[in-house]
Amino acid sequence: MNALAARRRHPAAIAVLLLLGLLVTGGAYSFFAPKDANAAPALSADAVQDGKNLFIANCATCHGVNAEGTKSGPSLVGVGAASVDFQVSTGRMPLAGPNVQAPVNKVKFDETEIAALAAFVASLGPGPGIPEEKWTTVIEPGTPENNRAIATGGEIYRVNCAMCHNFAGAGGALTRGKYAPALDEATPRQIYEAMVTGPQSMPVFNDRNISPEGKQQVISYLAAQQSQTNVGGFSLGNLGPVSEGLFAWVFGLGILIAGSVWLGKKAA
Amino acid sequence: MNENETTTPGESGALVSARGGAVEQSHGEAVDLFENPGLPPHVHRLADDDEKAARRAERQVATMFGLSMLGALVFVVAYFVVPDEATFYFPGIGIASTQNTVLGLSLGISILMIGLGAVHWAKTLMPDTEMVEERHQQASSPAERAKAVAAVTSGATVAQLPRRPLITYSLVGALGLFALPLGLQVAGSLGPTDVEELKHTIWDLSANEGKPIRLMRDPEMTPIKLEDVTNGSVFHVMPETLQKYIDEGKHVLEEKAKAAVILIRLDPNLIKVQKARDWGVDGVVAYSKICTHVGCAVGLYEQQTHHLLCPCHQSTFDLTQDCTVIFGPAKRALPQLKIQVDDAGYLVATQGFDQPVGPSFWERLK
Repeated sequence: MNALAARRRHPAAIAVLLLLGLLVTGGAYSFFAPKDANAAPALSADAVQDGKNLFIANCATCHGVNAEGTKSGPSLVGVGAASVDFQVSTGRMPLAGPNVQAPVNKVKFDETEIAALAAFVASLGPGPGIPEEKWTTVIEPGTPENNRAIATGGEIYRVNCAMCHNFAGAGGALTRGKYAPALDEATPRQIYEAMVTGPQSMPVFNDRNISPEGKQQVISYLAAQQSQTNVGGFSLGNLGPVSEGLFAWVFGLGILIAGSVWLGKKAA
Repeated sequence: MNENETTTPGESGALVSARGGAVEQSHGEAVDLFENPGLPPHVHRLADDDEKAARRAERQVATMFGLSMLGALVFVVAYFVVPDEATFYFPGIGIASTQNTVLGLSLGISILMIGLGAVHWAKTLMPDTEMVEERHQQASSPAERAKAVAAVTSGATVAQLPRRPLITYSLVGALGLFALPLGLQVAGSLGPTDVEELKHTIWDLSANEGKPIRLMRDPEMTPIKLEDVTNGSVFHVMPETLQKYIDEGKHVLEEKAKAAVILIRLDPNLIKVQKARDWGVDGVVAYSKICTHVGCAVGLYEQQTHHLLCPCHQSTFDLTQDCTVIFGPAKRALPQLKIQVDDAGYLVATQGFDQPVGPSFWERLK
């Protein structure tokens, strides 16, 4: 302890302390951060009735008792089960308060409750349903056939999605505080549902625009992209010049300054 | 180093007082604004007085140079031993290439240790007494300068320059004109003088023997039916005529870069401009995707605000107002593509763009 106390005024102490603090915070966050589960929901016979009860208790304030919409929330007639499943399973709904955009949040319902809510909204009018599992299964790279499918997915992604969601799915800014979110946390099913329903600022990519096969290829491309080898070292969030420039200025210049201070100091 | 004693200000032979400088000589009388503090006393380092400490420093420096050698050897070995495709999990980075990491680290350590060793050597063992070196005058003496001028003038005279003015003038002319070809290249590369090419895209019906051109999905190149485009949908579109270029494998990107179109459906009642409504079908409208500022692809469509945003400089185009600019550096609205439905139910362009797409250029309106 004495050795530690003696070094507490060392010029490097503050840097070491900062680094330690960052490590502890980051570690604790990754430990406590919520992990999302993805299991097929089991629908009960009276799901619609359960869903209606849940809807009236949690959603009717903004969307109206019969989901007809109010000044504070749009009508949900015809938005389909996919829309409900996406919004609720990502924690975007129920919305905590008015905002430019509904952010990803803690999920407030379990699988059965979400399925019941989705069944109720789906019963109000025809809309996109929850995607079949075969289209949300990730194609694993390996065989030439699979690799080709993933490459096609990459091509579709770059034409249709990359301008907002970034080439690596890291997300990006839109106008007036709106943004396209990062895609690394989203499950294949949520990505599929987002494409079919076009939540918030996002346009709709229905199955006649990008076929279910194409959507599966896009999802597989994103999965392959995230698990690929980082040959370039730190990706710094794949955000391009902003994060890379910041890193160079802070750490590159920091090291240079620390080095010149050390060089200029007299030896003991 | 042991013979070095602690020196005091003004004592060292290397020290020069600021009072004795040029200031005093040029002004005649010295005005001391402040007392010259001299250099701080020279404090001996541990290795200066203690042979054991000096030997320890020597060992430390040698260790660092040794580590550098080790790093270089690891690099050479790893270059042959580590397979190209090997990967491992690197905390903070993710899955990283083993070869890249090992080669980078070993090479880094190798060069870093040379530097650290040299600095440590300088700080512990090399002499550290501070010295002041006088600056000496840089200009040559007047005699030497006169000699140089004489050499140049006599050279010119011997070469008969003053006697033969024709040579002087023609030489100046030759050297001056020689700059022209160099300048011409720069001016010539500013762009084509024939801008006709910029006014045409492969949406022009002449690219399809005068027949209407189908709108195709990019990259699948499949035709689009009107009912495929549901409300809020966005299609990224290429002309049917691009297929020819894809098949030939020539100039695909040049043609694509000008022909990119975005197809969007919104409530027709939201479109405030009659022409924009007329050129679309039931609220399905097609616009050039090339920004009128510097030509980036304007692809960021916000479904609720009906704004099209360019990712490069945030130019924002309002789809409800015929894609006029509502924010950002772009100056012109995005050109609209007139579309209809053909007999088979597919969307077709019945005429090319009525104005050049992409960034503005001087001759655009001619």
